[in-house]
Amino acid sequence: MNENYLELTVGAVFVYNFVLSRFLGICPFLGVSKKISTALGMGGAVIFVMTLASFCTSLVYHYLLQIKEIAGFKVDLSFLQILLFIVIIAGLVQLVEIILQKLSPVLYGALGIYLPLITTNCAVLGVAAINAQSAREVLPSTVFGFFSGVGFALALVLFASIRERLELAQIPKIFQGMSIALITAGILAMAFMGFAGLC
Amino acid sequence: MNGFMVEYSSVVFAALAMGSIGLVLGILIAVAAKIFKVESDSRAELVLELLPGANCGGCGKAGCADFAKAVASGELSPGQCPVSSRETVNAIAQALGIENNVSFRKCAVVLCGGDKNQTRNPILYNGVNDCRSASLISGGPKGCAYGCLGLGSCARTCPFGAIEIVNGLAVVHGELCVGCGKCVMACPRKLIKLVNADAQVHIYCSNPEKAPLKRQYCNVPCIGCRKCEKAFPDKFKVEGFRGTVDYDAPQLPTAEEAASVKCPAHCLLTAAEHLAVEHNDPDHENTKEIQ
Repeated sequence: MNENYLELTVGAVFVYNFVLSRFLGICPFLGVSKKISTALGMGGAVIFVMTLASFCTSLVYHYLLQIKEIAGFKVDLSFLQILLFIVIIAGLVQLVEIILQKLSPVLYGALGIYLPLITTNCAVLGVAAINAQSAREVLPSTVFGFFSGVGFALALVLFASIRERLELAQIPKIFQGMSIALITAGILAMAFMGFAGLC
Repeated sequence: MNGFMVEYSSVVFAALAMGSIGLVLGILIAVAAKIFKVESDSRAELVLELLPGANCGGCGKAGCADFAKAVASGELSPGQCPVSSRETVNAIAQALGIENNVSFRKCAVVLCGGDKNQTRNPILYNGVNDCRSASLISGGPKGCAYGCLGLGSCARTCPFGAIEIVNGLAVVHGELCVGCGKCVMACPRKLIKLVNADAQVHIYCSNPEKAPLKRQYCNVPCIGCRKCEKAFPDKFKVEGFRGTVDYDAPQLPTAEEAASVKCPAHCLLTAAEHLAVEHNDPDHENTKEIQ
C-alpha cells in the first residue's frame, strides 16, 4: 500500500485531531491543561508513547494477528486485538519508564507522572486501533502515531494557553471553572471542524 | 467436526499468544528492572516516615517527600521543617546520625490588639469579605493603617484552623498553630510574624506612627513609653513608637515579667490574654467607649 505521507500528517494533526475531532483522550485534555508547562510535558509524553505504541502494535498486528493458520490448524486471532494492544502498550511504557529512569533522569523527570498516566489512555489505544482498522504498514503506522501525538499536544497546548488567559478574565460566576473550560473546548473543536474535508 | 476444530484451536492459540506475549513482556520488565535499577535513598524514606506528612510546604519544598530528600542529601537540616515538634526533629536527626542544630518550633502571632471595641473604623466597608480586597480600597476601613482588618483572610488560609476572628481581630490558637507560615503570606498588612513558639509574651502593635496619632483611632497602641525596655533591656526593644519582644534574645520574657512591667497602653500581653480576655469581656478595664 502506497501511503501519502503529507496527507497522513495533515490528517493526523489537524483534520482528524484526536482530541478535537475524534474526541479521544478528553480526560487528560481537561485534566492537565491548566498550565502551558504541564501541557507541554503531557504532550511530549503522549507523542512519545503514541509513536512507540503504534510501532509495536502494528508489528503485532501484521505478524501475529494476521496469522490464519498455525501447524495446520485454522485460527483467527483478530478478536484478541484490543486485549493484546493494551497489554503491549502497558508493558512497553513500563519498560521504557524503567529504562528512562536510569539512562535519562532529566527526561524522566520532565515526563514525570504523565508517562504511567497515559498507559491506558484511550487516545493511545485509539491510535493502535485506527492503524489496525486501516491495515497500515509499520512505517506509516509509526508516522501516523507520531503525528497523532503532535496533534494531541497541539490541542492541549492551545487549550492550556486559552485557559491561562481565562484565569485573568472576568467570567460570570456560573461559568467559572469547568463550565467555561468545556465551552472553550467546544468552540476549539468547532474551529478544528474547519479543517474537515482537507484530506 | 471441522468447525469445532477451528474454534478449539483458536482458543488454544489465543491463550498461547496472550500468554507468550505476557511472558516476554514480563521477563523484559523484570530484566530491565534488574539492569536499570535506580538506588533510591533509603534515608529519605526513613525521614519521610518520621515527618508529619501534612505536605504544607512550610519548609519551601514541594511537600514532605521533597523535604525528606533534601534532608537526606544534607541540603536542609531536619529543624527546617516548621511543623515538626522538637521530638520529631530529634528523632530525624538521630535516625540520620547528624547534629541537630536549629530546632525550635515556630508559631504565628498577630501583632495587633485592636479589636472592634478598641479601634475606630472611619470607613464603612461593605465589599468582599476579604482583607486583601478591603486593603485595596484607600487602605482599608480601619483607622489604623497597620491594624488587623479582621475579615479573616488568614483564618481561611490556615490549613490547621488555628486562627480565629474574635470581635474583629485575628487571634492565634497557639496549641493548633504549627508555624507553616501561610497566614504570613495571606495578611496584606504583614501583621503576622512567625516567632519562637516558646514566646508567651508579645507587644501587640505594629504601627510605627507617633503615639498621639495612634491614640486617635486606637485605645491599645504601643505609645513608645519604653517602660518595658527600661525594666528588661535585654528582652524588649523599642524603636520610635513601636516596641517589640526580642525573640532572638537568649531569655524570652515570662508572663510574670510582662505583668510586672504594667504596660500603660495595655499592648504588652501574654498570648492567652490576647486570645481571650480583652475581646470578649466588655467589662474589662481596657474596654472603653470610643469617643
